[in-house]
Amino acid sequence: MTANPTETMAVELKGIVKSFGGNTVLQDVDFQLRQGEVHALVGGNGAGKSTLMKILEGVHAPDAGEIEVEGTTVRIRSPQDAKAHGIGMIFQEFSLIPTLSVAQNLFLNSEPHTGLGFLDDHESERRTRELFAELGEEVDPKTVVADLSTGYWQLTEIAKALARDARILIMDEPTSSLTQTETEALFGLIRELKAKGISIVYISHRMEEIFQVADRVTVLRNGEHVITEETANLTLEQVIEHIVGQKMEQAFEWKERQVDRTRTPLLEVEGLTASGRFQDVSFSLYPGEILGVAGLMGSGRTEIARALFGVDRIEAGEIRVQGRPVDIPSPQDAMAAGISLIPEDRRLQGLVLDHSLKDNLLLPLLRSLQRGGVVDDRRGEEMVRSHVERLQIQVNSIFQPVQLLSGGNQQKVVIAKWLAAEPDILIMDEPTAGVDIGAKTEILDIARGLADAGKGIIIISSELTELLAVSDRILVLQDGAVKQEMERQDVESEEELHHAVQSA
Amino acid sequence: MLSRVLNRETASQTTESTFRFDWRRYVVFIAFLIIFAVFSVTLYDVGFLSLTNLINVVVQSAIIAVMAVAMTFVISAAEIDLSVGSVAGLASVTSALAVSQYGLLAGIAAGLLTGVIVGGINGILVAAIRIPSFLVTLGMLGIAVGTAMWITSSAPVPIVNNTFNNIFGSGQIGPVPSLILWVVVVLVIGYLVLRKTTYGRRVLATGGNEGAARFSGVDTRRIKFYVLLVSGIVASLAGMLYAGRLQSGRFSWGEGDELSVIAAVILGGTSLFGGYGTVIGSVLGAVLVGLINNGLTLMGLELSQQQIVRGAIIILAVALARKGPST
Repeated sequence: MTANPTETMAVELKGIVKSFGGNTVLQDVDFQLRQGEVHALVGGNGAGKSTLMKILEGVHAPDAGEIEVEGTTVRIRSPQDAKAHGIGMIFQEFSLIPTLSVAQNLFLNSEPHTGLGFLDDHESERRTRELFAELGEEVDPKTVVADLSTGYWQLTEIAKALARDARILIMDEPTSSLTQTETEALFGLIRELKAKGISIVYISHRMEEIFQVADRVTVLRNGEHVITEETANLTLEQVIEHIVGQKMEQAFEWKERQVDRTRTPLLEVEGLTASGRFQDVSFSLYPGEILGVAGLMGSGRTEIARALFGVDRIEAGEIRVQGRPVDIPSPQDAMAAGISLIPEDRRLQGLVLDHSLKDNLLLPLLRSLQRGGVVDDRRGEEMVRSHVERLQIQVNSIFQPVQLLSGGNQQKVVIAKWLAAEPDILIMDEPTAGVDIGAKTEILDIARGLADAGKGIIIISSELTELLAVSDRILVLQDGAVKQEMERQDVESEEELHHAVQSA
Repeated sequence: MLSRVLNRETASQTTESTFRFDWRRYVVFIAFLIIFAVFSVTLYDVGFLSLTNLINVVVQSAIIAVMAVAMTFVISAAEIDLSVGSVAGLASVTSALAVSQYGLLAGIAAGLLTGVIVGGINGILVAAIRIPSFLVTLGMLGIAVGTAMWITSSAPVPIVNNTFNNIFGSGQIGPVPSLILWVVVVLVIGYLVLRKTTYGRRVLATGGNEGAARFSGVDTRRIKFYVLLVSGIVASLAGMLYAGRLQSGRFSWGEGDELSVIAAVILGGTSLFGGYGTVIGSVLGAVLVGLINNGLTLMGLELSQQQIVRGAIIILAVALARKGPST
């Protein structure tokens, strides 16, 4: 490295250690941010990059380690402390009040006042215009934030941080909700901020962006610092290698399976289009097959799943189930056609957390369980017990609220819930997010078991290791379109899949 | 740069929201004008347009209007206060008792203190212990009415102090009834505080996105405490207005007012989901409800029929004005 020992760093994190409930997420991590540089922080899910930045933002307190800002050791105990030290965070949409105007948001809680002690909105509007002009932008400061496009939200976030004299900006996946042109514009803005001497930590999963915008890259893996290097000295392959690491988890070994592709496909999708979300998506799913879907956030993977399940409408294209064209305007129609979706956010969309395991499991089945308007409780309980056994859900009693179960067991309840409806086609969106390694392998085994029984499974996951372990075929999505379709046996390594997902 | 790109992409969106007349926000004004016009024609013969009748409309809605100003802050902060009506009843009783025992100042002090105590308890339970305001103030509704009935054995407490009666509700300054002056004073203060002070801005921020407000350094729990405290105090002022107007204190003054107050605020255009509020709209909403009541009475409808028509009009207006939470 070419660091000059006398150079003052904008931020220096030394030996940061952090664990949550006995689970170490950061182990002795060092991180240096130079004045006026754009420093990319990358790593797989659970690598610890968000936690590291949350420590700098004052959201979490480190268990050990030191934080220096511009050469002085500081203690950051709250987001207010971080702000006072000139650290600004660019959230997706967290720090804006949708019902207030741009100017009101920029100066929230630091409003200028008139001589009489009233708020001086003219002054804040004037300063807003000035601040945007400095960034080379124009905005009507009176516009209510809810009426702005997502690109402007981002811009307002950045302006808000600058209005508070931030010299260090942390951007977490800043482009995930931006269009291509907005992204380009954001990069222009980042270069201008850099020219003003502002230092930026840039967190992103999108490698090509990092090579476009970052001066240096730091890779974290499993809570440990792997490497920090000038971007110019690295190739995409090297970064991916550092992110993935050497050892493949034993648990995620691929078990080759046989799929008979001469039969009528369970599901055929042709030219599926919903403007702004995905276009011209075609694929088929055969009985007994597991189709993996890979792609970055915003590539359209969740949107396609939602459309197939009738949550969102499609504009063009045809869906055929077992050879027959079907129309799926609602989830009820999807279930009638034999399609079930296990949604991405199980806490939000998949479970009623306060209710018991039994009530959750039976929710989609109440109609079939009722006799003369009364739910047949005894039959329901029997069904629940058989599912609990089949999926090996660890639970003290089926009357226990699902809130008290571990993440992995909660996910199994969600799976059981949809299995109880006996779908032919099961779509799983990020089925292993937030569950421990043991539960992950069990969930993958459940998917294999279902496919062996002749069902068609679609698994959407950002964990490529998992996709490789379980899929028979993999669809790679990018910007709402199918970029590539890969047979599993043709994929040599995880790096190859990484490359397919990342490269433009 | 970014804006140039964005302007092109979102031109239709932005111009739409900037230049299109957002009539939803002015539903209360439009409804007011329409209903006023209809009554002016159909009820001309029975004296709807006479000055006496119009002043009567405002006086009838004045107490609701006063409470609606404070409720605007509560709802803007995405909270609710269901106890206002019964706090008004309790305050009418405590001030009536204190006036007859210890005189004018003691009466006013007792009334306001009632509001401070009840509003303060509501605020602490919501802000510090984090019980939803709906539940806290629903419970408080019962406690306040019960207390008022208990300390008076459910009997009215007459007030013979004319100064008290004249200040609150019965008197006039020149041709203007004091109730109308109270509305104007509360309206002006409420408007300035919501629109022109840091406190008002923080209330809107708290209701608009609590997490974001907290990250911007707003002490949102404190804001919730204050909106409920002030709502209690203003409800006790409303109670004294009842007491002065009816020259007595009674537990039943203000009974059911919470619903009229909330209806007035929502009719006025304040978002039930928080984050946007308008004090002028709330007062106008209160007067609109009064206008409807007055018109229906002049039409000769029975009380039962009036309630049905009024309920239907309120649902219709709120349905038109409804602006969902930003998704």
